[in-house]
Amino acid sequence: MPPAAAATRKKKSRKAATAESMAAMQREISVSEFFAKNRHLLGFDNPRKAVLTTVKEAVDNALDACEEAGILPDISVQMLQLDETRFKITIQDNGPGIVRRQIENIFGKLLYGSKFHRMKMSRGQQGIGISAAGMYGLMTTGKPVRIISKTGKRKPAHEVVLKIDTSKNRAEVVSDTEHPEDDKHFPDGHGTIVAIELEGKYQKGRQSIDEYLEQTAIANPHARITWTSPTNETVEFPRAMDELPAEAKEIKPHPKGIELGTLIQMLERTEPTSVSSFLQNEFSRVGQRKASDLIKLADKKTSKTITPRTRISTMGHDEAEALYKAIQDTSIMAPPTDCLVPIGSRALLAGLLKEVQAEFFAAATRPPAVYRGNPFQMEVAIAFGGDLPRDDSARILRFANRVPLLYQQSACSSFKAVLETGWKNYGLSQPRGSLPTGPLVVMVHMASVWVPFTSESKEAIADYDEIRKELRLALQECGRKLGTYLRRRQKMKKEAERRSVFERYIGEIATACHNITGTDARALFVALKKIAARKTEEADQTLDQDGKVVDTRDPLEKDDDVIILHDRSAHPDDEADALFKDDIPSRKLPRRGSKAAKRTVSRKKTGKKASRKR
Amino acid sequence: MAKKKTSKKATTKKAARKKTSRRRGPVSAKRDAETIASIEGLAEQVTKDGLKGRDPSVEIPLRTVSNMNWNKRKRILEMGDATQSRELFNVGQARKFMQTLLLAKGCKDLIEAQKTLSLRGMYYMSLHTIEGTKEKTFNEQSESDTVLEDLEVGLGGLREELHVFAKKRGTMVGNITIEDNGDEIDCRRMGTGGYAIPSICEPSVIQFKQCDAKFVLHVEKDTVWSRFNEDRFWEKHNCILTEGSGQPPRGVRRLLHRLNKELGLPIYCLLDCDPWGHYIYSVIKQGSINLAFESERMAIPDAKFMGIRAEDYDRYDLSSDVRIALNDRDVTRARQIADYPWFKDKKPWQKEIKKLLSNGFKMEVESLITKDISYVTEVYVPERLKDKGKYFLD
Repeated sequence: MPPAAAATRKKKSRKAATAESMAAMQREISVSEFFAKNRHLLGFDNPRKAVLTTVKEAVDNALDACEEAGILPDISVQMLQLDETRFKITIQDNGPGIVRRQIENIFGKLLYGSKFHRMKMSRGQQGIGISAAGMYGLMTTGKPVRIISKTGKRKPAHEVVLKIDTSKNRAEVVSDTEHPEDDKHFPDGHGTIVAIELEGKYQKGRQSIDEYLEQTAIANPHARITWTSPTNETVEFPRAMDELPAEAKEIKPHPKGIELGTLIQMLERTEPTSVSSFLQNEFSRVGQRKASDLIKLADKKTSKTITPRTRISTMGHDEAEALYKAIQDTSIMAPPTDCLVPIGSRALLAGLLKEVQAEFFAAATRPPAVYRGNPFQMEVAIAFGGDLPRDDSARILRFANRVPLLYQQSACSSFKAVLETGWKNYGLSQPRGSLPTGPLVVMVHMASVWVPFTSESKEAIADYDEIRKELRLALQECGRKLGTYLRRRQKMKKEAERRSVFERYIGEIATACHNITGTDARALFVALKKIAARKTEEADQTLDQDGKVVDTRDPLEKDDDVIILHDRSAHPDDEADALFKDDIPSRKLPRRGSKAAKRTVSRKKTGKKASRKR
Repeated sequence: MAKKKTSKKATTKKAARKKTSRRRGPVSAKRDAETIASIEGLAEQVTKDGLKGRDPSVEIPLRTVSNMNWNKRKRILEMGDATQSRELFNVGQARKFMQTLLLAKGCKDLIEAQKTLSLRGMYYMSLHTIEGTKEKTFNEQSESDTVLEDLEVGLGGLREELHVFAKKRGTMVGNITIEDNGDEIDCRRMGTGGYAIPSICEPSVIQFKQCDAKFVLHVEKDTVWSRFNEDRFWEKHNCILTEGSGQPPRGVRRLLHRLNKELGLPIYCLLDCDPWGHYIYSVIKQGSINLAFESERMAIPDAKFMGIRAEDYDRYDLSSDVRIALNDRDVTRARQIADYPWFKDKKPWQKEIKKLLSNGFKMEVESLITKDISYVTEVYVPERLKDKGKYFLD
């Protein structure tokens, strides 16, 4: 350092850092450390939300694991209060179990998992959730995570106690015990138990564990969930169908969904091969012909030569960019959609029917669509009327890949789509810029290989135009059905009023005529009543806009995706039984807000075999 | 269309019960039988339609301006042929249909009992709560009044023939003796109150005995009438003095009609100078829109309008205090009246209404009191009677 410079430095009163001293402070930040400091990004902002996120992550993982292994999920969640603010949450599943050497990675490492690197519809995505929950527990209570897992009948169960070393993003094994014959915990012979101790708060109501599990049960009728709350109440959400949802297929990325940087990365990472086979092997919807089309077009876009047989190892930035541009300019078939497993209109309706005390139910499933090369599919179901509160804003139940989303409603694309739908057209009132008011519940489900969440805590769906459009169309479809129903109901009411007006006066008229002429009052009364019935019946059969006679049957009743409960006093289960005779065996679910129903309900065997695919 | 609101509805609660026919009923037995037959016909039609599964309905002549003809030759208003079908199986008409039958039954009972009832009495007679509901057959008297008028035209009978009468209104004094239901009444000796003109003035009830009067002076209201009576105007000028409390009720109109037709007395009207006064004159002369079906026996085409005239303000140099400004409604009404066919081709009337509008104010008969208490009886009317051609409007 030149002396002059040193002199100027010295003049300053405070001690300045030098590049060397600064270098001494600069070091790598582990992901775990980052998230430990920014735990709100993962959904651990406050004690109440922390317990919910913990349960949610564990249950999501359990359901994913069971489904992938072809096991009907049987999950129990228990929350034990140890202290005023300290809880122990234990989640047990009957999944395939975890092999011993992976336990540390899965539960002790952030961003470790099977789901991030593939294009497959699943609940978990990044591999952050459960390890973050363990980390949160460790940070707030100092207690490690306990995992017991058993992978098969004749295999031993492993009990591992783990601590996460946040600085190294690695697990530290506190104890490791092997139980050769631990069948008392795992009646099925396999499964996993996770126990986490953490600081938290338990409260019922909106955004509670109860709500989360209830909504999970709606979206996952094939799962059985048992929930024991800190107040030692046990609620069972029974299994409503004995068949797993069709397995979601894993797909390769769609060319249109790839950005230039990603493309270059893929070119570097892939095994050396020709461009043609690279395109065919790494992407979906690219066959031999499409590959040669793309390469021909790419060849024109660059000064360098690209042929199908060009080795990718020889391709530089120019060639990659040319290939990228070629992809953008070529129309490529939309990605395959067998990778999507929607809940299905009927199952959606069945779920709502049990959850919501309404009189009108409608569902719409949109055909699959694509955003950024990711296939997705929107489903919407609505429930209207009945015992729903009349003066409140509509309630929105949001799901992504069968996972209920409870927080950040207003940031969610689905919320915005509900707002921008013109509910006034369907006979509801909607203050400017807000949700419609009235007895309405809107259920929205997005199924996708990659759900674009706005944050890592997976609370709101990002607002892509394509997603919003599909949502809007689905909402409109349901809205139209609701509008038809409401107009119909209005008309029926009017007809009934008409009839009652006639019938009210018929008695007086018959008596008056009898007094004047001495005719038989009763006979006249009966005759007039018959005319009144005929009159109002005739009026039922009105003309539509085109002047054609409208079928007197309610057009909605012919719609498979609509359920109307004409008599709310009739038990919805009975209605449902009638409706779903050959579809979904109906079992009693605990009803919202009904205390008696919250208690354990014994599973009712109906003996009906469910076949969800129709 | 607009008719002067009469106080018919505000009948006293005490349902005036008319003396039962000491000598005979209000209507001849023959006409009673006819009325009963038409009521029975109505009910039979309804019964027949009902039992055969047809829509029962009652045809009722329309009582609107559109269904009213100005008979130029007879110089009276007549009802047209348009009818309105009142149907049971029409939400808007069902209640009225029921009410029509209830009142028909009530009228039949009345005729059979040989009794009469006031409009309010009829309302009470048919009033009850419909079985199994909280609805009353009639909510207020006005409802039964209009239905009764419908029934009247529907049956082609008169209210009197249905044995229903309105509250009596209107007074008479003068050089005439009449017999009312057998009682002889000398209208020269009626004191300050005068003879109350009954609601039913049919020949079967009232007969004219001895009449010396040469004309009838009809004034708009009781206050003016009292002035004339106190000054014994009828004695000095040998006439009959009547008033109709605003828009004259049927009884007064029927009586004036009979005095004109049977005794040949000219009818002179002294009314306020405003559109409502003009319309009273119009009703007396041509008949009313609402009761156009009765014009034949009510209207007096020869009646004359004596005053107050719009020009009188200047002619008699009246104080500006008597002026009552015309409001928007008055102006509209005045234009409507000027447009009526029976006023349209009468130049003097067009001039009169024009003058009223250009004056911009109305005047009551009482405004002459500002000149002198008895100015109207001693100067105004006598002057006019002397030169009818100059002052009278036709």
